[in-house]
Amino acid sequence: MSTLSKNTFSRRAFMRTSTLAGGGMLIGFNLFQSCKPKVVPPVDLSQLNYNDFNAFIKIAANGAVTIFSPNPEIGQGVKTSMPMIIAEELDVAWKNVFVKQGILDTNNYTRQVAGGSQSIRFGWDALRQTGASAKQMLVNAAAARWGVDASECTVNEGVITNAAGETLGYGEVVNEAAALEVPENVTLKEPKDYKIIGKDAGNVDVARITTGKPLFGLDYKEEGMVYASVARPPAFGQKLVSYDATEAKNMPGVIDVITIGERARAHMNGDNRNWSAKLADSDKVVVIAKSTWQAMKAKKALKIVWEHNNPESTEKHNKILLSLLDGKKFNTLRSDGDINNAFATADKVLERTYESPFLPHNCLEPMNFFANVTDEKIHLVGPVQTPASAADTVADMLGRDVGDIHLEMTRMGGGFGRRLYGDFVFEAAEISNTIKKPVKMVSSREDDMGTGVYRPAIKYRIKAAIKDGQLTGYHLKEAAINDNMYGLIPNFFPAGAIENYQVDVASYNSNITTGAWRAPYTNFLAYAEQSFFDELTELMETDKIQLRLDLLEKVKGTNDDRIQYDPERMQNCIRTAVEKSGWGKKPEGTYQGFVNYYCHNTHVAQVADVVVENGNAVVKKITCVVDCGIVVNPMGAINQIEGGILDGIGHSMYGDFSFKNGAPVANNFDRYRLIRMNETPEIETHLIQNELSPTGLGEPTLPPVGGAIANAFKAATGNRLYQQPFIKTPELLKVPKKEILG
Amino acid sequence: MPTFQLKVNGKSKTVDVAADTPVLWVLRDHLDLVGTKFGCGIGQCGACTIHVDGNPLRSCSTTLEQVKGKEITTIEGLSADGTHPVQEAWIEVDVPQCGYCQAGQIMTASAFLENNPNPSEQEIKNAMHGNICRCASYTRIRKAVAIAAEKMS
Ligand code: FES
Ligand code: FES
Repeated sequence: MSTLSKNTFSRRAFMRTSTLAGGGMLIGFNLFQSCKPKVVPPVDLSQLNYNDFNAFIKIAANGAVTIFSPNPEIGQGVKTSMPMIIAEELDVAWKNVFVKQGILDTNNYTRQVAGGSQSIRFGWDALRQTGASAKQMLVNAAAARWGVDASECTVNEGVITNAAGETLGYGEVVNEAAALEVPENVTLKEPKDYKIIGKDAGNVDVARITTGKPLFGLDYKEEGMVYASVARPPAFGQKLVSYDATEAKNMPGVIDVITIGERARAHMNGDNRNWSAKLADSDKVVVIAKSTWQAMKAKKALKIVWEHNNPESTEKHNKILLSLLDGKKFNTLRSDGDINNAFATADKVLERTYESPFLPHNCLEPMNFFANVTDEKIHLVGPVQTPASAADTVADMLGRDVGDIHLEMTRMGGGFGRRLYGDFVFEAAEISNTIKKPVKMVSSREDDMGTGVYRPAIKYRIKAAIKDGQLTGYHLKEAAINDNMYGLIPNFFPAGAIENYQVDVASYNSNITTGAWRAPYTNFLAYAEQSFFDELTELMETDKIQLRLDLLEKVKGTNDDRIQYDPERMQNCIRTAVEKSGWGKKPEGTYQGFVNYYCHNTHVAQVADVVVENGNAVVKKITCVVDCGIVVNPMGAINQIEGGILDGIGHSMYGDFSFKNGAPVANNFDRYRLIRMNETPEIETHLIQNELSPTGLGEPTLPPVGGAIANAFKAATGNRLYQQPFIKTPELLKVPKKEILG
Repeated sequence: MPTFQLKVNGKSKTVDVAADTPVLWVLRDHLDLVGTKFGCGIGQCGACTIHVDGNPLRSCSTTLEQVKGKEITTIEGLSADGTHPVQEAWIEVDVPQCGYCQAGQIMTASAFLENNPNPSEQEIKNAMHGNICRCASYTRIRKAVAIAAEKMS
């Protein structure tokens, strides 16, 4: 594996150092772009400026290491695993490393999207090199003090030793080290020498979470802060006509009732495909009160007239999406060979349609944000994954300089994609700008579920051609609300394995807002394709595992650079899953379903075990094999893997979100079902050990698991499931009566 | 507005709020105890779970009248220093993902184990069924409750 850094960029350009006024070394570094010319880290910690650097590392005179980063945590553990990578190469004891969340002064802060499966993948090289460069500087400083060659010094947990056995702690040489040149080339550790990477580390915030410390946006408070509850159109397509706030204004604690929307709309400039424009289409009525409860209660007393305009419904969407699949207007995203010929000459053809609903994100912490807009500056605090674009929008909306904006990100009570969309930030800012007070905008669950940026409803139609027992053609069609699959998704498995292959997409532009939801597109596509495969093997009368292995065999050595899954790694996952799950060797009464999938650069294979209890098929166990390269923090990784699996099972089983007259039918957890404890199976995870660069874990185990359980249900009941959520067709989850008797 | 006397985490508190204010918002907005979380407001998710005289209650659906003269315990008061066996088990197992539901999970688990110090796996599952974890950290919650039970017995 790579030891000498053979990066194409100069490390020197990515990090700079300074000596802190009170002693200690401060390193400022960037993960994804070089530092601006001449900028150096400050000499005073109160001056940390994230415009110039992504993050800072302080090495104190006592040897303690503190990492300052404005990147918050949304539950994917990056706040723990990314510092682990620095600490490994810096060669310090993990217990001496502290992580502090920094405040983001916007201006030019890039790569601001927090968390996500990609963080580790992109940060891997840069974080290691930053740690290793700092270590080299410390060693060089010690060597200079001793008058020896740096190459004869060794380091263990922050202590440098020379050939004569003399030692110096990092803290003793920090001031000299800070003044040295950043080395151009550094040696990275061999994975076999890792002491921190690959070992379990608990979440750095866990003790604060278990004692209820104020960590989340909803917990943030400031002197003089008031609360805002926003009445948004109850249905998509509606607009505010008039309102009567007489009663609300007389309620206790109510300070004012205002409307907002004008500024947000002016900013959107009529772009009606833009999620934020859709959410800003109407004015909104806002109750300002002294407490959250007073604001929420008074909102219910508002008498508002909304004008209805073009209401949409799930019934209508179902017809439209099916007619798109039946039609001829598609964008072709990938086309190999000639599928028409493959179908014309096939012995057998299988065609199936798979249907999914919209899904809300339902982060457990509802959307909220703090804003204080004054003539001097704009202070924004809360949970948002895209701070820089939120700050840009607020500056533009309010006609202010982006340099006036100070945005602090808090820990986030779940993201799943929802907090990529900063509508709640814009609202808070517009409210504060109007009332000239510090304000916290708080959504209720009903507000949150009713005005979301949902996963779009999607339907897939898949058709396969079989000739002489071989799979000769494959045609995947997608019909989606608003937007279609993007990026490399059309090139995921089985692309590259079948000679005649085509992916076609079509969309219908709705006024319902949609966006990214944990593992966009693949979160449903994986289930559709893997269910289809299961059925295909039956029609082909071939082995479920062998068909997959054989197809992957054909991809080996491909020179198509759009194919980024690795057939060997995938085969290895499949074989491991077969072995670990006892595939095909289960006692009678246990029914199994198999899937494999690649997304977010990670390879996964899963087996679901289902049993029949009182005539109902019930998921008992998921065996999951994951190849995500080097696992930085296995404890955190397994949490992500298990969470993804249960989230995937929960939404395929229960996630039902439909619209009538433009409004969602469910708006709280009484009518929207999330998976709960008693519905969760046992999970057994196997991580493939290798020394390849780490890849994402937040998403990849979610998409295929719906297919794993659907395939196992089929084995148990004989019924195929073509529609999510499965609970909508409860009769298909039961074993037909006569079979029980028989 | 009427004045209410409350006993929270062993201390007497006086609040001046409308009688219909749910205990959740009294804790969060008036007493600065923000560890108790708001998730749904209708008693469905358990994020707002507190103890009232040792029993787990959904504070979003609990009125001030219902807690009159009773001992309220929130996550901040579960232990003086975060070392209640349930809190320790939570750290040991590294349960949280986003962490937002966990105060409610811990309050449910600690009240449950007080009454049933030796639960079976199915009893643990049933006891925790009312608390939603949107990040689905359920396997670890299950494990942590079992470990806490060991610690407590
Ligand atoms: S907030 Fe009380 S149960 Fe959800
Ligand atoms: S850890 Fe995120 S909701 Fe439970």
